[in-house]
Order: sequence, then C-alpha cells, then structure tokens
Amino acid sequence: MAAEPLLSVRGLRVTFAAPRGLLTAVDGIDFDVQAGEVLGVAGESGSGKSVTLRSLLRLVKPPGHVDGQVVWRGRDILSMPEADVRDIRGREIAMIFQEPMTALNPVLTVGTQIRESLAEHTQLDAGQRKARAVELLDLVGIPSAKSRSEDYPHQFSGGMRQRAMIAIALAAKPRLLLADEPTTALDVTIQDQILKLLLRLRRELQMSVILVTHDLGVIAQTCDRLVVMYAGQVVETGPVAALFAQPRHAYTLGLLNSVPRAGAIRQPLASIPGQPPSLLDLPTGCAFAPRCRFVTAACSTARPPLVEVAPGHLSACLRHRDVAAA
Amino acid sequence: MALALPLVRRRPRWRVRPPLAVGAAILFGFLVLSLFPGHIAPYDPLAMDYTALKLPPSLSHTFGTDNLGRDVLSRVIWATRVDMQIALFCTIFPIIFGTIVGAIVGYYGGLLDTIFGRVVDITIILPFLVLVIAIVAALGPGLINMYIAVSIVGWVFYAKIMRAEIQVQKQSDYAAAARVLGYSEARIIFRHLLPNAITPIIVYWMTDMALDILLGSSLGYLGLGAQPPTAEWGVLIADAKNFMNTAWWMSIFPGIGIVLAGLGFSLVGDGIADIFRRQR
Repeated sequence: MAAEPLLSVRGLRVTFAAPRGLLTAVDGIDFDVQAGEVLGVAGESGSGKSVTLRSLLRLVKPPGHVDGQVVWRGRDILSMPEADVRDIRGREIAMIFQEPMTALNPVLTVGTQIRESLAEHTQLDAGQRKARAVELLDLVGIPSAKSRSEDYPHQFSGGMRQRAMIAIALAAKPRLLLADEPTTALDVTIQDQILKLLLRLRRELQMSVILVTHDLGVIAQTCDRLVVMYAGQVVETGPVAALFAQPRHAYTLGLLNSVPRAGAIRQPLASIPGQPPSLLDLPTGCAFAPRCRFVTAACSTARPPLVEVAPGHLSACLRHRDVAAA
Repeated sequence: MALALPLVRRRPRWRVRPPLAVGAAILFGFLVLSLFPGHIAPYDPLAMDYTALKLPPSLSHTFGTDNLGRDVLSRVIWATRVDMQIALFCTIFPIIFGTIVGAIVGYYGGLLDTIFGRVVDITIILPFLVLVIAIVAALGPGLINMYIAVSIVGWVFYAKIMRAEIQVQKQSDYAAAARVLGYSEARIIFRHLLPNAITPIIVYWMTDMALDILLGSSLGYLGLGAQPPTAEWGVLIADAKNFMNTAWWMSIFPGIGIVLAGLGFSLVGDGIADIFRRQR
C-alpha cells in the first residue's frame, strides 16, 4: 500500500441547490484507489454513491456543485480545463452504467459504437478498428462476435448489452473503470458472469475498478477494499475481508445483518429501523445516530472522525469497540 | 461454460400497411410525372390552339382544353413538376436549419432557449399565411421569393419539434455514456442524439410538404407565387375561375392534382409515424 495511489479523492463535497434549500449529496469524503485494485463503494439508495462516481469525471451538472480534490495521476480533475477532462474521460477513466438496456445508442450497431470509441481514443486505422472491435466483443465473451458486431442493441439481451458496454468502455484501455451498479439490472446468473468478467479483465488489462453497488454479496465476491457510505459520508473503510469479519461501524454491522443468507437456519431478517436522514437537513452528530442501537449522547454532539481501528481499516464510529464485540 | 444463445428474432423492419402503400404509390406517380413531363404529356403545355378553345374532355384532349386552346392534361402534368419543386424547396432549408437550431437549443438550453422561445412566440402569434403573404409582398411575387418567405417562417416549427425531442434524448443513458466516453458535444448532439430524435421531424416534413403545396397553390391563385404562363396547379385554377360555369374541366383537374398530392404526403407521413410508433 506504500505506492502512490492511482486516484486520490480529498474532501469531495457535492451539493445541489434545491428549491427547499441546499441538498448535500456527498459530504466531504476521502478515499484512494490503488493501481490494480477493485474498490467497492456500498450504501443505501441516496447515500451518495452514484453522485460520487459521477463527480469524479465532472459529470455533475448545475444545479449540482462539486468541491474538493480528485487527484488523478498528480493532477486535480476538478480544477483542470474542460478539454483536459474530456481527454481523460473514456481514455484513462471509463465508466459503465446500471441500465444496459438504455445506455447503448439504439440507432447505431454495437460494432459501430465500439469503433467510434476506438476512433476517438486510439490511433488505429479503419481496418484495425474493425478487427479490434470484434476482438473486444470476443474478449467480453460475446459468441460469434464477428456477426454480432453488426447487430443493433435491441437484438442483444440485457447481459449481452452489459458486455457490449464493457467492450466500448475498454476500447481505449482505461486505467480505471467506474462501474455504477453494473449488475443490478441483471438476473443473478448473468450478474455472476459479468462480475467474473470484470475480475478477469482487471487482471488481464491491469486496470483498477471502482464498483458501486448496494449489494454486499457482489462486494464480497469481487472487491479488495470497501468504502461504506451513509448520508453522503464515509462511515467505514477497509479491506473487504476484515470489514466483513469484524465491522467496526454500527451501520456496517446493520447492513451485514440485513443480508439474507442462503442455507442458514431461517430467522427473521434484521433490518435497520428508521429511514436515512434528509439530505437537506443532516443531524449535527453522527448521521446514523437516530437509527443506531449503540447510540450514546456523545454521538449526537459532533460528527465522529474517521479513526484507524486496525491497519488500513478506518471507522467513524465512537462505539467501534462495542460494535466489534457485538 | 454455458453462454447465452443468440436467440434473435429478426422482424421485418418495414411492414407496409395499405394506407402507406397507397400514399407511396401516389407520390411515386407524381414523382415520375414531375421528372419526365416531356415524355408523358401529350401536348406542349404552352402551345395555344385557337381552333380548339375550351373543348370538353375527349379522346384527343383527355382533360379538355382551356380558354387559349392549351391542353389541360399537359398543363396539369407540367404543373406537377412546379408543385413538387415547391414541396421540396419550401421545406429543404427549414428542415436543415430548423433541425440544427433545435438540436443546439435543446441541448444547451439556458439563455439560448429563452431567446428561441421568444422567436417561437412571435412566429406563432401571427397566422402563417398572413406572415408569408406579408413577406412575399415585401420581396415581390414569384416562386423564389415564395421559397424565401416560407423558409424564413417555416424553420421555427422544425426547430420547435427538434428542441423538444433533444431535451428528452439528452437525459438518456446513452447520452450520458457518450459524455463519459469523452466525445465532443458536437458529436454527441449530431451523431448520437439527432438520429434518435429525427422521426417526428420526418413525419412533420411530410405534412409540411402537403401544406406547402396548398400554400404554393394559394399564392399562385393570388398571383403571388408562380407566375403565368407557368403551369402551376394554383395558377391553373386561378385562370379557370372565370370559366367555372362554361369549362369546369379547367379547374377540376388541377384541383384533383392538389388534393391527390396532399393525400399522398399525408398518408405517407401517417404511415411512417405508424411504423416508428410500432418500433418503440
């Protein structure tokens, strides 16, 4: 972990000017992505996962406003000129989306869309692009890639479209792939194939992946490190194995307990009571305090800082010892 | 490894329904007439024959002759060329300019959109025909000035449609995906969004061509469009109006031409709209 991180996010804050006040979607978060690692970002709907991902590439549009630093290979993406960001988008950092059904252009063939990405980001000539497009489709596991490359997206199934999206994203050999719930819209067997594909590609192409998901099963299966977000804040971060074995934040514990376990003795699911706080009006202390069964008076007075509870494992919970013991 | 089998049903993309087929046949007929009037028309449309004035339809003059002894059938056929030209030239500039402006305004919004909104308001509060007549009156009568007048006003409608479509399309995931791939805004607008937004433009284009033929005929009738002795359906009817009681064939046949052309464009427009609706 001593190496310089590939991507380093410091004090990232995303706010939206809403009619009823300032909505804080991401509230000053820090994290790093190391070369070659898969970083998971987990949290409930509305915890700021997707917005975080979008703000990394400056895709948050007004009325959204982004502060902080996103340092990519020594340069701050948030302060560079738009033209430079565009050079990074797709070429160095690529992104895939949740909805493969709608993220491909319906009027262009899949092959055309891959070739377009190649034309934009590589020096290949037309013939090479054609061959490379087929190679890429083959790489992401599309059978009879050559003939399928001239098909339109509506002729592909959901899983195949997600594969095609990945092929387009990989066209420029990016160093970092941002995956925004890439498997949520797919059924479980296809989900598994796509995740295995991502892991294989990570290894073969030596890229890093940020995988945003609300599915802890997916994280357990694919990620090296995990960032748990709640109400726009990082509440816990650390190696996946350590974090799953011994969560050190009450929220993470609640999340883990609310995952149904196949094969285990049937017992009621332990859901977390209550609702996430309104992003228009965050509590002063720990945002999770109102729903927390470990809550103390101190939790509501000031926002607990992220402290290192074990090597590489940080938690923003005042009661992390009690959580660990629970 | 069990890979997903490529079970793809290839549906025929164009299932042509009767109204569309009829409309297309009509337009094809007019297209042939307008491309080869010299080969089809039995007489010279301008040749006068003082021995054959106002002859009713007969075997030698199928549609009869007019007050100067010209063959009405030949004049109606030659008029097709002028009226098809009107349909094309009245729409070609509006469709190109309107589509581009609409796409840009729809994509960027903001101040551009506000300005565009005012332009639309100004255009819409004035009746189309009145506005066109006013411009033609200022420029002087004639076909070219009519094209200019219609283009000045007509692009607004295409832009309005395009703006609305682009506003929808730019929210789509594939637009976001294109942005993430680092494509330029021009490429996103014109290569990715525009083809997805063009359908209503094509449908409106068909309707618009029908309306422009009516407009061209109206202006021709009023003496502001095509000028005599050019054969144009509206001009033919205007010439015939004094002989309505004695030579009905002079006005009926150009009238049928106008109606058929309007019907053809409308049927094709509806048919295309229908195909795109089913595809969604």
